[in-house]
Amino acid sequence: VPKSARRKQIEGMVLYPLDWLEERSGLVGATKYFLFRKVPGDTGWAHTLGSATLTAFLVQAITGVILAMFYKPSPDEAYSSIQHITNDVDFGWLVRGMHRWGASVFIILLFFHMARVFLYGAYKYPRELNWIVGVFLLILGMFEGFTGYLLPYDQTAYWATVVGMNITANGPFVGTLLQQIMQGGPAIGPDTLARFYSLHMLVAPGAIFALIGLHLYLVIRLGVSSPPWSKEAAGAEHIEPEPSGPARAGLVSPTTRGRPTP
Amino acid sequence: LESRPGVDRSHLPAPTLYPVGFAVGVACLLVGLIVSWPAVAVGGAIALFFGFLWVRDLSSGMSRAEPPPPPEAAPAAGAAVPVDAESTFSERFPRNKFLEGATLGLGAVIGGVVTVPPVALLVASAFEGQKFQDIDLGPLSDFPSGKFVITTFVEDPKQGEVSRRTAYIRYNGPLSGKPSFTILSNRCAHLGCPVQPNGPVDEKPSRLITDKAGIELLKLTPAQPAGFGCPCHGGQYDTEGNRTAGPPVRGLDRYEYSIKNGRLILGSAYSVDYVKGTGKDARIKKYPLFPPGQHVAGPEFWLWPIPEIRA
Repeated sequence: VPKSARRKQIEGMVLYPLDWLEERSGLVGATKYFLFRKVPGDTGWAHTLGSATLTAFLVQAITGVILAMFYKPSPDEAYSSIQHITNDVDFGWLVRGMHRWGASVFIILLFFHMARVFLYGAYKYPRELNWIVGVFLLILGMFEGFTGYLLPYDQTAYWATVVGMNITANGPFVGTLLQQIMQGGPAIGPDTLARFYSLHMLVAPGAIFALIGLHLYLVIRLGVSSPPWSKEAAGAEHIEPEPSGPARAGLVSPTTRGRPTP
Repeated sequence: LESRPGVDRSHLPAPTLYPVGFAVGVACLLVGLIVSWPAVAVGGAIALFFGFLWVRDLSSGMSRAEPPPPPEAAPAAGAAVPVDAESTFSERFPRNKFLEGATLGLGAVIGGVVTVPPVALLVASAFEGQKFQDIDLGPLSDFPSGKFVITTFVEDPKQGEVSRRTAYIRYNGPLSGKPSFTILSNRCAHLGCPVQPNGPVDEKPSRLITDKAGIELLKLTPAQPAGFGCPCHGGQYDTEGNRTAGPPVRGLDRYEYSIKNGRLILGSAYSVDYVKGTGKDARIKKYPLFPPGQHVAGPEFWLWPIPEIRA
């Protein structure tokens, strides 16, 4: 179908900035390489759990950034600032609710994703390292849950943290030291809240972002594994790589991506 | 190259000042042990630095003393010898190796200089402060004989509400002329939840002291507990604080006390394993204060050697 002059003009307007960017940075090609990868034909909904977990984490990051603009991490003001967010600020109840329930959603999706990888055997060679990175992400996610739980600074938060820190103290040999370093003293004191806040919104999210980057790098490098019941067993069918063309080809016309037609 | 007498002979290392520097460092360290800890660190650093230079000096002297490897076969021409010597020299200490080492070394030094202070702040702050302070709990007449009084106090007013503590205090009558008290911490020896009295508690406090802002500084409430129980995981204790059921690994922690001008003064807390006897006849073996859940005695003790640190 020949394109009308008008259509060509619009395409040119859209593509000119992309071409400009691609020529100077290669970012369009990189994005295409990241997004338009080949995946096995019989992947299903279960394979979307990783992306779902990532989305849940991004929701936590965004809502957390906004909440941090209102939250005051001092023993005298923490609880009242949370009441302020919930009761006074427009949409505060909604954003806090998203962060609060989203925390559980993130952990639940993390476990579903982990179960999928385990049951599909997707942790096997050569993807063992990605499983290990995922375990660290799980630990950091639960660490986020633990540190975030103190922040409302009500009775539940306080005593749950007392119990959690004393469980830490029961680690053999160095437990007492770990507990004291983490809570800033032998008992929970005024510094503990600020310490947990810093860990919750700076240290742990930074580490999670870094590890997610590594996790995705390995996914792209190693590809998505087929399900165990796949008829397209590994190594049985060799799919030719997509012939390289202009960087923008896949962005506007879907004809050259996807599985090659026989 | 002209051969000069004495050059090819092995000789002892030349005298250096490094041992003197080393000795100064050791002396500074020893003086520091008496005077101040920073001086120990400085002395240790000086001693390490000069000791390293000294050892390096000695070892380089030794390696120089070793006979050089025999020259290969026969040097044909006299001109070949200096070229050979030059190439071995440049291979032993090439410029790019030096630059690489210098870059990495400087990077490590800079990295250390900027990393150590924040980490030190993080770690050191956890081991200072939160000391036990003597707390005046009021006149002895507030504590009737043989009855528990739930005593809620603020350990450090500067820290505010998070330093509010509760102790169960029972006056046991006089013991060899001095008043005897049983003062149990309400911190459960399982995971630190607040244990509650199993029994009736008076509705009104017998004494209540508040500051100008209305914050309770001291509250005494009489109670008649048959024991104590923890709401979190069901640990149970008798009236001496010994575990009777549930997950706790030892008895309830206790507080030191003293009497000044007829008033009860609360001191620091300590841990106990199991208290034999009751009331003023109790025989108490005191241990340093350990976090909840850690054994202070018995075969498991070696797993948790470090008590709470309150420098």
